[in-house]
Amino acid sequence: MCPAKATSVKQSATSDPWWTRFVLISIALAFLCAFLILPLLLVFSQALAEGISAYFRALKDPDAIAAIKLTLLVAMAAVPLNTLFGIAVAWSVAKFHFPGKGLVVTIIDLPLSVSPVISGLIYMLLFGAQGYIGPWLIEHNIRIIFALPGIILVTLFVTVPYVARELIPLMQEQGSEEEEAALLLGAGGWRTFFQITLPNIKWGLLYGVIQCNARAMGEFGAVSVVSGHIRGKTNTLPLQVEILYNEYSFAAAFAVASLLAFLALVTLVVKQFIEWQARRREDRAQQEHQA
Amino acid sequence: MAEPSINSTSLENKWMQIKRYSVLPGFTLASGFAITYLSLLVLIPFAALFLRVYQMSWPDFLQAVTAPRVLASYKLSLGASLAGALINMFFGLIVAWVLVRYSFPGKRFFDSLIDLPFALPTAVAGVTLTTLYSANGWIGRFVEPFGLKIAFTPLGITLALTFIGLPFVVRAIQPVLEDLEGEVEEAAACLGASRRYTFVHVILPTVTPAMLTGFALAFARALGEYGSVVFISGNMPMKTEITPLLIMTKLEQYDYQGAAAIALVMLLLSFVVLLSINMLQWWSGRRYVPR
Repeated sequence: MCPAKATSVKQSATSDPWWTRFVLISIALAFLCAFLILPLLLVFSQALAEGISAYFRALKDPDAIAAIKLTLLVAMAAVPLNTLFGIAVAWSVAKFHFPGKGLVVTIIDLPLSVSPVISGLIYMLLFGAQGYIGPWLIEHNIRIIFALPGIILVTLFVTVPYVARELIPLMQEQGSEEEEAALLLGAGGWRTFFQITLPNIKWGLLYGVIQCNARAMGEFGAVSVVSGHIRGKTNTLPLQVEILYNEYSFAAAFAVASLLAFLALVTLVVKQFIEWQARRREDRAQQEHQA
Repeated sequence: MAEPSINSTSLENKWMQIKRYSVLPGFTLASGFAITYLSLLVLIPFAALFLRVYQMSWPDFLQAVTAPRVLASYKLSLGASLAGALINMFFGLIVAWVLVRYSFPGKRFFDSLIDLPFALPTAVAGVTLTTLYSANGWIGRFVEPFGLKIAFTPLGITLALTFIGLPFVVRAIQPVLEDLEGEVEEAAACLGASRRYTFVHVILPTVTPAMLTGFALAFARALGEYGSVVFISGNMPMKTEITPLLIMTKLEQYDYQGAAAIALVMLLLSFVVLLSINMLQWWSGRRYVPR
């Protein structure tokens, strides 16, 4: 039972005076501007610092084009494999009970909690010239480190968790009643998956794939360890940024960096879109529930 | 004829026990693929790291992980990561509070931009922050007259690690603040608490576990961070050399053992941090969810 001036008490209990709001909003926005907006603006302004024609010349440089091609190739190899893995592991973890489930989930998260440099290092220890399999590979003239296979392997490693992490909680939450109904009605396993499971998880799956792709194209530390930095051959886009920057060709470095920053922005927009879809579906479910 | 069939049914029974019977198909295929994939891509490379360190003699190991240059890098990595995570904890609370409680123009935009450090490749963040904070950069030029140098000093490293850890704290606190019901605050006010008293004694204890979780996640990420730091740190041995960079240097000198030894120390550190995150979540779950 509130005292007499109930409305004013309620207001001061759940909202703050205007000057508190003003000060807090100012601090928050100043922090976000300094740490997020300024860097973002800087990428694009530096990229165009020497004019639009210099910008496109930097992107048409043969080394830059080779880097773009390599980055796309690596992502095209890593993303589908990890998507397949994510679906398989989410299906087994979310729809079945088996001993060691917790361990599997922990191992999936491992690549996220180690330094990218360590991710590259462990592959060097296996395949490098002084690694465990390295000498045998050299004998048989198979190149993994300082070549495309090594770059793809470490990229696979660092992007293992993304799809799986999105799908496991989603599929656990949805349960398996719909799939069981489909099977009882006579649908086969694959048909059940494609017509029941896949439509249910499509937005989560898309978000996982987008995140996986962003990391695959943008990975720097791990790829840097195993790539060998051979210009036009084993340089991905982030490595190309590094080389150009260290050569003091800042405008060219930022031109290449702007491609990656653009990719990051697209990733954020897709994320917003997916969250909006999820909210809309929730609202619709609520309406149906009320009706 | 009878014997093998008995055998196969008992095998089948064992298999059923393992996966606890479910009508859904595909467990063998999905879990078989997922577990093979994880073993090849994650477990075997990690085993190579442990094996490499195991093959070292104890004095060699001690010497590799306690050399003065290595000790200096631990100090810098731990100190800068801690400082960055603390900055994030403070500003993260304000940003999350403002984004959940107040409305202002552009709120949705700022909210979606929070994830930028996750999406932006670390190399791009690295060259951008260095340009921003160097002596003639957009921010650097304003602090230079005061004799304050940011780029190529531990301060610059701290700011880069703040950028990298920014989303963790905000995204950890946001859902907790959203779930915090206005009624609790109203009740506090009804019982005569001032707004400040309510904040310190009601709101703050509720968000503390989330804040600490965000802090620990940001700290763990910062410890291993490479791409966004190498450009701004200047990489002077004993002064601005972070531990992941030291691993990189050892690898370039073909000192695989030294690199593996330092990597193991870093792994142990992140293991301790992850363990404390799990303890925190257990503690906060026990304390706040059941009431």
